[in-house]
Amino acid sequence: MSYAILAESVGKSFTLHHLSNRPADSLRETLAGSLSVLGRRIRRSWRPKTDNTEEFWALKDVSFQIHPGERIGLLGRNGAGKSTLLKILSRTLEPSTGRIRIRGRIASLLEVGTGFHPELTGRENIYFNGAMLGMSKSEIDSRFDEIVDFAEVEQFLDTPIKHYSSGMYVRLGFAVAAHIDPEILIVDEVLAVGDVQFQKKCIGKMNEIGNDGRTLLFVSHNMNSIMQLTTRALLLDNGHIISDGESEKVVAQYLRPSERVSFIATKVAWLTSVGFRWLSENTPPGFNQPLTFELYLTTTRRCARLVLTISYYNSIGARVLTSKAEIRELNPASHEFNLVIRDHNLSPGTYTLRLDMWASYEHLFENENICVIDLFASDNDHNLVRDISRRARDTTGCFRLIEVTNKIT
Amino acid sequence: MSSHPEIIIEAGKSERHYWRDVWRYRELFYFLAWRDILVRYKQTAIGLAWALVRPLFTIIVFTLIFGRLARLPSEGAPYAALVLVGMIPWQFFASAVNEASLSLANKENIITKVYFPRIIIPISSIIVNLAELAIGLAMLATLLAWQRVPVTLNLLFLPLILLLTLLLTFGCAVWVAALSARFRDFRQMVPFLLQMGLYISPIAYSAAIVPEAWRSWYALNPFTGIIEGLRWSVFANTLTPPIQGLAISLGFAAVTAVSGIAYFRSIEKRFAELL
Repeated sequence: MSYAILAESVGKSFTLHHLSNRPADSLRETLAGSLSVLGRRIRRSWRPKTDNTEEFWALKDVSFQIHPGERIGLLGRNGAGKSTLLKILSRTLEPSTGRIRIRGRIASLLEVGTGFHPELTGRENIYFNGAMLGMSKSEIDSRFDEIVDFAEVEQFLDTPIKHYSSGMYVRLGFAVAAHIDPEILIVDEVLAVGDVQFQKKCIGKMNEIGNDGRTLLFVSHNMNSIMQLTTRALLLDNGHIISDGESEKVVAQYLRPSERVSFIATKVAWLTSVGFRWLSENTPPGFNQPLTFELYLTTTRRCARLVLTISYYNSIGARVLTSKAEIRELNPASHEFNLVIRDHNLSPGTYTLRLDMWASYEHLFENENICVIDLFASDNDHNLVRDISRRARDTTGCFRLIEVTNKIT
Repeated sequence: MSSHPEIIIEAGKSERHYWRDVWRYRELFYFLAWRDILVRYKQTAIGLAWALVRPLFTIIVFTLIFGRLARLPSEGAPYAALVLVGMIPWQFFASAVNEASLSLANKENIITKVYFPRIIIPISSIIVNLAELAIGLAMLATLLAWQRVPVTLNLLFLPLILLLTLLLTFGCAVWVAALSARFRDFRQMVPFLLQMGLYISPIAYSAAIVPEAWRSWYALNPFTGIIEGLRWSVFANTLTPPIQGLAISLGFAAVTAVSGIAYFRSIEKRFAELL
């Protein structure tokens, strides 16, 4: 079986030292430590001392296999062990248990511009950074122009990079790393920086790397880039791999536990509890997939004609959609509703939701943002616009006619 | 796939292809040294001239105090040349070891982010100082020509003794780099030890002034052999080279180099955690 990376029950433990028993980092403590060991040996009165250290397993029993040319996403919350795994793969940390086999030249981009020196010029830093990432001088020579082109820093090549803007700095760092021509590339969230255009360029470059049959391991908290770039994903939780499969499924699983019920304070006494939850697992990636919510209401009196609206605000705070429902009658009890919104035409992105409710024109509560939803693009989205030339009139999807006026005749 | 071998990362096992990796990354020696030199002299008004000014003034001060005021013997050589011959290996050794002790801590951001054989780092601090060693030798040549000091065939041994200095520096630099990463105390201790070394080695004076009774102890300092050897090759001040002293230096250098590599490699993988 061919593989690019094969990890077999890899584990990494760190020893947590509690204050009274710090690691023997100073010479005195080591000397004192070895002297007391010696003393004990002589007296033969060894007693186990109360252990103040605690072992913490950042990774435990992690096994996976990555085939050449696969594009893998690595997901997990902060502290799940992603960085530890990346550091072990890039050989800066040694695993405590297990074994990893890597076939092919590996380059890891855990940080852009590793080893950049602010006093050196862009040109000097390209050479230095390239050498550090494992390129030979002749390789850098032959790719120098490409790197400079990609980073868009021609004019500033001979300026010390301390005068660079942070965008230029990041571009240069990514450009060097992207041109190492590795067989395996490990990238950690560097796309979070730089402007939108450059991010696109980076994604394009990484796609290119993937299409060239090279292996990509990509770590990000941005689910959209995970879905765009990778076909398979690993989900880490507490140092274990809890899911390994198609990116879409793993992303859905990753997002699920975070969608908790949010409770809202009401302005009226008879409505004692209002809860709201997005069922993210019911919304697969892809354009115009139905949105499903759950609404929990507890009332102490009978009421009629409840009107509720959900408003959707995009990332710059503009309301882009409002959806509305009416509940005819409610008995005094606890209720649970399933709300489905179809054909919302929301494009992939992040939206903040606002929930409002009225009972006979009385506003029941105010809630600016009840939850945030992430809608993802999918590879199948292009089906929506396929064969568009044959469609004359269509209200589904994002199809609209353009009014054409010929201004010259 | 390519010429790239399979990498196996395993708990507790040292790198199998360590020396091949060192070879693969050989250009990094040059790049790290080149970066350090660039950074060191960038934005200084007189740049590389500092490499000339520092030893020059040290020699003047030492010559004035030990040669003129204390009137120590120089065995026929010009006192300034005597001091310079002592300064060349010592200055090289002291700066290289001092920089090696800080080198790992200074490159922490690199060590925690990319892999390459770490031994490249202390070695490149040695390479940086080779430039200054060359400048020192040029100064010596100028001084000898100016003072019309006759040179003999003994001079042919000078490169060999410099190689011995290099080996000794390498051993000590690797030890000190590893120890400073492991124990913070060493970062304080190294400059202090080097300062002591300046006085207990025959740099500003000739080893001839050391009382006979102390000689055997004095010869244990590996620098005694090196400096006496260099003076023998430059000034031909004694009939025979200080064989015994050079043998001690060679033994010391070989032991520190071999054990230094062993110790360095034994804790190398933990650097990312230690720093």
